[in-house]
Amino acid sequence: MSGYQDKIKETAKRLLKEGSVEMVIGFRKGTLPMMNEPCFIRRPEDVHQLVWDSNCGINLANYLTDRKEKIAIVAKGCDSRNIVTHIIENKIKREKLHIIGVPCQGMVDKRKVAALCAGDIENVTEDGDVLTVTCQGAEKKLSRKEMLQENCTLCIHRNPVLFDELVGEPVAEQTGIDRFAEVRRIEAMESQEKWQYFEDLLAPCVRCYACRNACPLCYCPTCFVDESKPQWVGKSQNPIDIRTFHFLRAYHCAGRCTDCGACERACPMGIKVRQFTSKLNKDVLEMFGWEAGMTLEQRPPLDTYKPNDPNDFIK
Amino acid sequence: MKVITIDKKGWASGIEKTKSAFQVFGPVKEKEWHSFKALGPGEQPDMAYSNTRISPKFLVQPQSEPMFTYSLDEAVEDHHILKEVRKDTAPKAVVGIRPCDAAAFLIVKRNFDAPQYQDPYWLNAYNAMTFIGFACNTPCSTCFCTSAGYGPFNEAGLDVLLVDVGDSFVAKSLTDKGDTWLKAGGWTSAADASGKIEALMQAAEAKITSNVSTDKLKTRPTTQIYEAPFWDDVAFSCINCGTCTYSCPTCWCFDIQDEARGTSGIRMRNWDSCMFPMFTIHGTGHNPRGAKVQRVRQRFMHKLKYYVEKYDNGIQCVGCGRCIRLCPVNIDIRKVCNQMNDYDPAACVCPA
Repeated sequence: MSGYQDKIKETAKRLLKEGSVEMVIGFRKGTLPMMNEPCFIRRPEDVHQLVWDSNCGINLANYLTDRKEKIAIVAKGCDSRNIVTHIIENKIKREKLHIIGVPCQGMVDKRKVAALCAGDIENVTEDGDVLTVTCQGAEKKLSRKEMLQENCTLCIHRNPVLFDELVGEPVAEQTGIDRFAEVRRIEAMESQEKWQYFEDLLAPCVRCYACRNACPLCYCPTCFVDESKPQWVGKSQNPIDIRTFHFLRAYHCAGRCTDCGACERACPMGIKVRQFTSKLNKDVLEMFGWEAGMTLEQRPPLDTYKPNDPNDFIK
Repeated sequence: MKVITIDKKGWASGIEKTKSAFQVFGPVKEKEWHSFKALGPGEQPDMAYSNTRISPKFLVQPQSEPMFTYSLDEAVEDHHILKEVRKDTAPKAVVGIRPCDAAAFLIVKRNFDAPQYQDPYWLNAYNAMTFIGFACNTPCSTCFCTSAGYGPFNEAGLDVLLVDVGDSFVAKSLTDKGDTWLKAGGWTSAADASGKIEALMQAAEAKITSNVSTDKLKTRPTTQIYEAPFWDDVAFSCINCGTCTYSCPTCWCFDIQDEARGTSGIRMRNWDSCMFPMFTIHGTGHNPRGAKVQRVRQRFMHKLKYYVEKYDNGIQCVGCGRCIRLCPVNIDIRKVCNQMNDYDPAACVCPA
């Protein structure tokens, strides 16, 4: 991973020096353990700020929306698929981008690590598959692989699908992964049990919209929950309105979601919001054989019509 | 001022006793984190907690609060007339609140209890509260209360300060309300623990290593900080969610909405956030804070400059660190506060 970091800095410096881009979007070291902050670099002398490790889970494609500059962007597999989606949806132009692809081995879920430590985590370092966590003065070694975000453990597209250069050799993709076991578990529930499950899932929601705002897909100038002329959704903590927000948001992401996990990572209340988007990812895969962001050559299934589109839902 | 010792063996039974005089709230663990909940019979506050995920401001200012109800049915005699929603103003005790969160109510009070205007909803709820504070022997790494003007043993805004001294709590009663609560619990044995409290306080304060500088915020010209070149850099990563403002104990902004279903409706007030574009949009469609950078700047300018100037009583922040821990992209108020405080345009090598 540190090899990636050096290569990212080197590439950023070269691109800024030769003036082929105006800014580089990447990560800088955060102020808390296991947190890096998305940042932009405009001057070659500032590239030393750029970092790369297992704490770069935020999806940087979110920072490209409607930008006009010539930009270099650091992109792992899922970021690159959201860049593809952004290009297809005219949110950014391909020729404005220089994509610095990063083969990814998954991002660490800080909540998983925190759950294993009593008290504040003072420091976390990583070396290969070993995370060394310092907590209340004591060191603990954890396996990085076991601490990954759930979406990363289920990821089958770790290598960027669209890039101008790669900072390392492609990594082996995970195979034999059962990506939708959790969705099937919920699908199998009786309707009353399912209803209760979703109620419990959403009970902690404070409607801060961190899930929506961390998502590169949610770029509507006015989200349907914010619209007031007419007002579709109430603004209070009414559970009906909270449900409406989460269900509808998931549907708006159908066929576009790359399961990058930014929503779940961003949620301050630890709500597993991917429970909704995963179901739609599964449906879109089963019905249309489609995975979002894999190609620039084809429109996503929900903005095209084909005579043989599945229509079993018409009864 | 009374100082009482409460043997931990008599703590739970005393809490039960207080429930006949107060509705008791306390920290309860749900899933991975704590929040303040009303404690039913037999339920105890979890005094082994560090702090709650979301601040307890919702006890006084709920996220959604009904103000009025109304009917649009013209067959009803009092249709289209707002009827006040009755509020429960019976005494409530918040047991285990951290000193930062209790002090935060005093900051918010400056807004809701101003000479020109007193907000009845907030004040009635606040006045019903008895705050039983719990001194922090083990502050978190993101706590910076001492440099924000408060501290782990701060007494401002509290009726009682509890200090965990091992086998017992030392309870310092600070107000009449505090005396009443202690009496309700049947706790009467006087303690002589001032030396012990002092030592624990110093040890706790010494554990706080993170800090902010605020000394120059008041005197720096507003426009100088407003126009400082660092805002683009500060705001870049922000996703404009409401996590910081909703988790903050000192953010007080709200929005009033009518919600009607059929012919009956409720006028509510809900938390609002300066991070949201909707917060400032005008009826014309014009938005004076239409860009992300303007909204991010507003949050910090309000807390660390406008408030400081208007009230001359420190910053609008108690240093609880929630916004730092919960921010999805790691925007850190400590860093921004120091940048604002230390900004010197003469010395500035402006970033491109």
